[in-house]
Amino acid sequence: MTAASATPATPTHRVSGALTAADGPVAAALRSALSDDRVRTTATELGLYRRDASNIEGSAGVVCFPTSTDEVRAAVRIAVDHGMPFVARGSGTGLAGGATPLGGALVITLTKMNRILSVDPVNRLAWVEPGVLNLDLTRAVAAHGLHFAPDPSSQQSCSIGGNLANNSGGPHCLADGVTSAHVLAAEVVMPDGDVVVLGSEGGEPDGYDLRGAFVGSEGMCGIATRICVRLTQNPPDVRTMLFDFDTVDEGAQTVSAIIAAGMVPAALEMMDQLCVQAVEAYIHAGLPTDAAALLLVEVAGPVHGVADELERIVAIAREHRCRSVRVAQDEAERALIWKGRKTAFGAVARIKPNYYLHDTVVPRRALPDVLRQVYEIAERHGILVMNVFHAGDGNLHPLLVFDKREPGVLERVHAAGEEIVRVSVAAGGVLSGEHGIGLEKRDLMPLMFAPADLAAQAALRAAFDTTGLANPTKVLPSPASCGDSHEVPEGAWI
Amino acid sequence: MDLTAFAAEVGTDDPVTIAGLGTRDGAVAGVRCVSAPSGIEWIQADEMTVSCGAGTPVDELSAALAEVGQRTVLPAGGTVGGALAVGRSGIRRLGDGAVRDVLLQTHYVGADGVVVKAGGPTVKNVSGFDVCRLLVGSQGTIGFLGDVILRTRPIAPHSAWFTAATDDPMAVFAAVHRPVAVLWDGISVHVLLEGHHLDVAEQATRTGLVASDGPPTLPGGRHAVRPADVLAVTSGLRPGAFVAELGMGIVRADADAIPPTPVDPGVAAISRRVKEGFDPTGRLNPGRTA
Repeated sequence: MTAASATPATPTHRVSGALTAADGPVAAALRSALSDDRVRTTATELGLYRRDASNIEGSAGVVCFPTSTDEVRAAVRIAVDHGMPFVARGSGTGLAGGATPLGGALVITLTKMNRILSVDPVNRLAWVEPGVLNLDLTRAVAAHGLHFAPDPSSQQSCSIGGNLANNSGGPHCLADGVTSAHVLAAEVVMPDGDVVVLGSEGGEPDGYDLRGAFVGSEGMCGIATRICVRLTQNPPDVRTMLFDFDTVDEGAQTVSAIIAAGMVPAALEMMDQLCVQAVEAYIHAGLPTDAAALLLVEVAGPVHGVADELERIVAIAREHRCRSVRVAQDEAERALIWKGRKTAFGAVARIKPNYYLHDTVVPRRALPDVLRQVYEIAERHGILVMNVFHAGDGNLHPLLVFDKREPGVLERVHAAGEEIVRVSVAAGGVLSGEHGIGLEKRDLMPLMFAPADLAAQAALRAAFDTTGLANPTKVLPSPASCGDSHEVPEGAWI
Repeated sequence: MDLTAFAAEVGTDDPVTIAGLGTRDGAVAGVRCVSAPSGIEWIQADEMTVSCGAGTPVDELSAALAEVGQRTVLPAGGTVGGALAVGRSGIRRLGDGAVRDVLLQTHYVGADGVVVKAGGPTVKNVSGFDVCRLLVGSQGTIGFLGDVILRTRPIAPHSAWFTAATDDPMAVFAAVHRPVAVLWDGISVHVLLEGHHLDVAEQATRTGLVASDGPPTLPGGRHAVRPADVLAVTSGLRPGAFVAELGMGIVRADADAIPPTPVDPGVAAISRRVKEGFDPTGRLNPGRTA
C-alpha cells in the first residue's frame, strides 16, 4: 500500500520496553561478522525501525544490514546464541505489524540484498534476493515479454521477500493467484542456522510442501535469502473498462454475474462514492463523482477472447443498470484509470490527515450486505469510511479516515475496525486476504480458529523454528488469550 | 459436514490407514482402514468454490461441476482426498496451476482423533499459518482429510490438442501464449490450447501445429527435475519412451529411468519434525512417507 501524503496515525504507546542491547555483545559480534557500518545502534536509527507501515510500534535492539546468505546466517546465529529475538524486514511496507520488532529484537534488514541473480526467460523463472522490489523485477524482465504476477498497490516499494513472507496479493491475483502460486523455491536461513532450499524450480518435488508452508509465515519460520519465482507471459491484448452504478448492490451483482458466466477477468476492482470523489479531486481523470459505485474491469489475453469477453461484460453491466461504460481507448487512458485505483490511499489525504486501512475477505455474494454493515458501523462510531477493494475475490479494504487530533477518535476507529472484522468473519469470510495477521489481528484469530486449529498452526511453526526466536509472539495468540477475551497489544488497533 | 463419526472411526490410539477407491496406492497393508465421508455439500459457481467430503470420487465431482461450466485442477480418477493426499498435478499444471493451490479449507482428523480446521472458505485468505499446504501431498501422514472446500475454474469455451514433429520443442514452447500443456516425447511436441476458438486456431497455425486426438500415452514413472534440465535429462532416453512436461520439469518415464534427486538433510530434518509435531506416535498411515 502506498501511503503517499497521508500518514497512518502513530499511537503513543510502546508494545514493551527495549533491552539495552546497543553496543552490547550482540552488536559487537555483528560488527565483527558483518561490518561496522552495517550494524546500527543509535537511538535515531533504532527509532526508524521500531515499526512497519502499520500503526503498531515496538522497539529495535540492534539493526543490521547483511549482504549475503552467510551474513544472514551469522546474524541469526548471533541472535540465537544470545537468546535475542530476531525480525526479518524488507521495505517495511507491511500493514499488520509483522515486521515490528518487540522487546528490543534484532532487526535483520534485507534491503541491501537486492540483486536479481538469474533470469531463465525460456522456462520463465528467476532467482532473486529478498530485497528486490516487486516492480523492479517486472521491469527487469519486461524485455522478455514477462512479468511477476503479484502486484500489491505498494509494488513500487515493497520487496519480494516481504511478498513471500505475507503471501501478498494485488488486483491481478484474481486470475493468476497470490504470491504462493508464483514462488517455486526459496533458500532459507533456518532459525537454528541451517541453510536449506525449500521447493524446487520445477515446483512440485515429492515430500511435504515445506515451500508452501513457508510462504506467508510472516518471518516466523526462517529468513528467505534467495527466492525462485515464476514469471508470467505478458498478454497480447489488454482492455480496461469502467462502469458506474447508482447502487453498490448493482455493482456487486455485476461482479458475481461476470464470474458466474464463466469469465475470470484479469482484475475486478470497485470503489465507492466517497473514494471516487477523493480520487477524482486528486487525479482529474473524469470519474463520475455522483455514482454510488465504480467498477474497474480488465480483461487480458489473445485478441479474440478479449474482444468477446469485453462485449459480454458490457452486456452484463448494462443488465445490472450501469449508468455509463468507459473503455480505455489507449495505453495512456488505461494508465490513468489504474492510477486512480492505485493512488486511492494517497487521495484520502484530501479528506482527513489520517487513515486506518482494513483487509478482510467475504464471499462475493455477501459483498452488498457486508458493505451495508460497514457503512452502518462507521456511521454509528462517527467515522468516515471509504471503500476501494478487490471485488473479484471479495477482498474488502475499508479505509477509516479521521483526524487523530479529535479527542476520542482513536478509540472509535479501534472499535469500528474490530466490528468490521467481526461482521466479515460472521458473513463467512476470513480475517485477512493479503495483509497478514502479524500483531494487528493476532488476538482475533479465535474468531476463525478453535484451540485445536491454532495448535496445528503452532505445530507447523515449531517444526521450522526450534528456537522460538524467529519473530516471536506474532500471528498466534498466546494460549491464555484463546478464550473469549481478546487481549490486543498496546498500540494495536485490532 | 458432520465429521463426528469419521473422527470416532479414526480413533486415538492404534495404527490406522485410509483409502478411497484405492487408485493411488490406497491403504497401508495390514493396518486398520477407514474411509472419509463422501458427497457434495454445495457448489457455489459465482464464488468459484465447491465443498465436498474427501471420499467423493473426483469424477463425480467433475460431472457435477461441469453442469455449471466449471471444474477443479484435480487429476481424474480416485477420490478427492486421495488426489489431495498424493498432491501430484496432472499434465495441465502449466495452464491450471498446481493441485497444491486448490485446497482452500479442510476439516481433517488429527492423530489425536480431534477434528481440526485448516484454511478458510474464500479464494483469498492469509489468516495464519498455511496447514492446508502441508496436508496436500502429505500421503495421509499428518491428518486424514474429512471435508474440503476447493477452488474451481471455468471450463474454457474451446479446448484442442495439437502436435508437430520437431527437434526443437522449446521453440514451440516459447511461441505459444499461456498454453495449458506442452509435452515433448523426443519425436513430437504435443500442445493443449484453450480459449476463444479463433485465438486457438490462429496460435496453432502461426506455430505450425496440426490438430491431434490428444496427448500421448504417459509412461508410469514420474520424475521431478529442473525445467532447464529437461532436454539434457531426456537426451539419454529413447525417443517415444518418455513424455516431458516442458516448463514444469516433470518427466514421465519408467520408474528407474532417471535417478531420484537426493533429499537435502536439512529438508529431511524439517519434515521429520513436521511428522513428529502432527503425529508423535506415528499412527497415521504407518510406514508411508510424503
